[in-house]
Amino acid sequence: MIMQPRDLKPEKFAAYPPTAKKVILAHLGAVRELPLSFVPSLLREVIDYGIKFPAERSAIDKELANLSSLSKAQIKEWFQGFAQISLPAEFDKLDWVNQPAGFIEQESAYLWTTHQQDAFRKAATDYGTRLRAAAPPDAVPVRRLGIAIIGQGVASYDAPLFRNLRAHGTYFDRVKPEDGLEQLLAAAAARAKAHPVPYGHWYVDGGQAVEHSPLLTCVSYKALEPVRAELLKRIHAEIKRPGMGPEELRTDLAKLTPADLGMDHSGDAVLDGFQVRLFTEGSGTQIFSTTFAQWTAREALRRAQALTLLVRFAPRQRQRPMNELLSNSHPNPEIDPLGSLVDADMGASYHWINQQRLPGSEQSAFLAWFEGHSEAVVIAPYFAAGKQSSASVSLGDLLSYVAG
Amino acid sequence: MDQTLLSRALTAELSAKAGASPQEIAWGLSRSRREFLRGAAGVVLGSTLMGGSPFLRGETVRKKRKVIVVTFGGGARDQETFAPEGQENIPHMLGELAPQSSFFTHVTNRGILGHYVATASLATGVYETLNNFSAVPPQHPTVFEYFRKDLKRPISDAWVVAPSNGFNRIGESDSRSFGPGMGAQVILPKHLLSAARSGATADFDHLLRDNYETPYYTPQLGGGEFELQQLEQILKLSVDDFMAHARTVSSPDELSIYIAKRLMKQEAPSLLWLTMHDIDIAHSGAYSLYIEAIQRTDRLCAELWQAAQSEPEYAGNTTLFVLPDFGRDADYDSGGNGFQHHRTGDTASRTTWMMALGAGVRQGVVYDEPMQSIDLVPSLGALMGFSPSLSQGTPIRGLL
Repeated sequence: MIMQPRDLKPEKFAAYPPTAKKVILAHLGAVRELPLSFVPSLLREVIDYGIKFPAERSAIDKELANLSSLSKAQIKEWFQGFAQISLPAEFDKLDWVNQPAGFIEQESAYLWTTHQQDAFRKAATDYGTRLRAAAPPDAVPVRRLGIAIIGQGVASYDAPLFRNLRAHGTYFDRVKPEDGLEQLLAAAAARAKAHPVPYGHWYVDGGQAVEHSPLLTCVSYKALEPVRAELLKRIHAEIKRPGMGPEELRTDLAKLTPADLGMDHSGDAVLDGFQVRLFTEGSGTQIFSTTFAQWTAREALRRAQALTLLVRFAPRQRQRPMNELLSNSHPNPEIDPLGSLVDADMGASYHWINQQRLPGSEQSAFLAWFEGHSEAVVIAPYFAAGKQSSASVSLGDLLSYVAG
Repeated sequence: MDQTLLSRALTAELSAKAGASPQEIAWGLSRSRREFLRGAAGVVLGSTLMGGSPFLRGETVRKKRKVIVVTFGGGARDQETFAPEGQENIPHMLGELAPQSSFFTHVTNRGILGHYVATASLATGVYETLNNFSAVPPQHPTVFEYFRKDLKRPISDAWVVAPSNGFNRIGESDSRSFGPGMGAQVILPKHLLSAARSGATADFDHLLRDNYETPYYTPQLGGGEFELQQLEQILKLSVDDFMAHARTVSSPDELSIYIAKRLMKQEAPSLLWLTMHDIDIAHSGAYSLYIEAIQRTDRLCAELWQAAQSEPEYAGNTTLFVLPDFGRDADYDSGGNGFQHHRTGDTASRTTWMMALGAGVRQGVVYDEPMQSIDLVPSLGALMGFSPSLSQGTPIRGLL
């Protein structure tokens, strides 16, 4: 018999970190009423409560408070889709309380196999819609701003850039590129100073970070080189173990902590945990800096709900065989600036899409710039969609119009 | 909006198509392909056509008929292929193949969206549920088994060329009603290469990556001796010649096309199944590599068709089917990361197309009627004259 949520007792959470335990026990009555197909997903978020970003903690608090406010009849109505999901008896061997991520991995595979994935997806969509209506997110203190800087190291490029973004904003073909990076970083720093929100203002660099304000939360590919190298070493060792398969490897990677990958214990536990997950949960982030920058932007928006996010893409290494990449046997690989520009152009598009998923999207602003060149696109209120401008303006000027 | 929650729950957020149901989105994709093809390739709607089947069903014709199935893989989206903005990536399919084709705009895959299991489903006409990352046989009889048993064809008449070790068992099911030895022979070019270069230097490593979904993992296959026998006795290639050619190709799919052409020349199988896989480099997240792979696959499909036209055994009596096993996640689905994966099960990842051209196929016709990927096998059965009794699909009307 699989243990059901209704059988949950406080002692089941004995192994949880103190803050996570406190949070879940405060709402245990509501959790007991929920279907098993749903609860491990909730616990997966709660179990890491102590190393979540403030925005994530707030979302968990709101969700649990909302669940506790629902009557039994309402819970039945809200979760009827999840309640209809059937799970196999073999799952009784899985410890979904203490290892919810492992349970979810098995559950996901089972849903696909039994053609229940679409039903689960619909149940999740319906639940998300109800929750948003019942517990709307807080208003943002300042218009959200995204900045994507692409094309580092590319001297010239003839094909059109920003094709996806242009449809939503105004394309500028005569921006003044001088001191562009400095102006954009200064604008991000000014916002961080004016609106001091923890983990609210970010600078992500796909290469080596340049000098920047300490008020910005900074993640760079170069700075994480030792972490990445250690991870690749571990992967290489793991895949040689007998019986190792993709699921087992993924499960093992998910358990890695910052300390496992050599990060300093005195660091920022929340940010360190975030950075480790970029590598252990992201696909391709271990190999290509452009993928790393794109995925980091996505996660900074999704998890931290960044108010300001400046992402500077850097040239990635040329595609090499995966086995060679994994063994990291060539420390100085060639780079591929043109391919990286194409990657980053799409990455900028995804940056904007992910930003638009967050609260305040109707007022948010976005600027993408071809580094060192005169091309940029701005998406913001009062900037006409699908238009082109040949005004000669600096990037700082553009931001002063849009940043709000 | 609670992004943590939404991501955790794989919520679909089709903000660009707000209010549209999955069915409406699927029809939208279908219409987009149709309108584009009508404009770009000058095709007509299948629903406007009247009259009988273009296929000739005399026994003599059936015995000579050759069928080649190419899975355009693994997984490409409309916006990089048949949508207007994707046209620049598929000049060969659009300019050369589409005008000769019956094009089916609305193909749905309702199964598991992993490449091996989806390809196995295509080959059995049943949504298989096997482990995508294991070298296990399909649970239901394959098209190769139906073909060979019903038509009493020799083992040399059905071949599969597949990209990775995980596809090693795709030629033959573990169905008791067919028994061992009734399936297709499978050739894995990368495994062949691995066998041929045993103990050699590492300059072919870029061709040996097993798959892109789990780049760290390769199902292990034993042997090497059988592969070298395939090389020398069937493909009539010395190890040196094979290795010399391998040095000239830039991707695993190019190597697969080379092997397929050798098979056509040496064995001339009546049923040849080729699974392409370069496009799945998208899992690395590098958009430029994904686009390059689509462009390469487009070129290779045209090359294969040209090869069929120039081979006496194939010219004039070959029908080519090209279809992706499935699509990839939409940009606007928050549960995914756009082109990178096919994990959400959203409409874009489930809805694709199919192109049929050559012997017995109406040229320049577009069909909008929904079909499923499992309909391929019964359609091949109708075309070639065998009975896929356990398939759960239905024959495609536009091909009857």
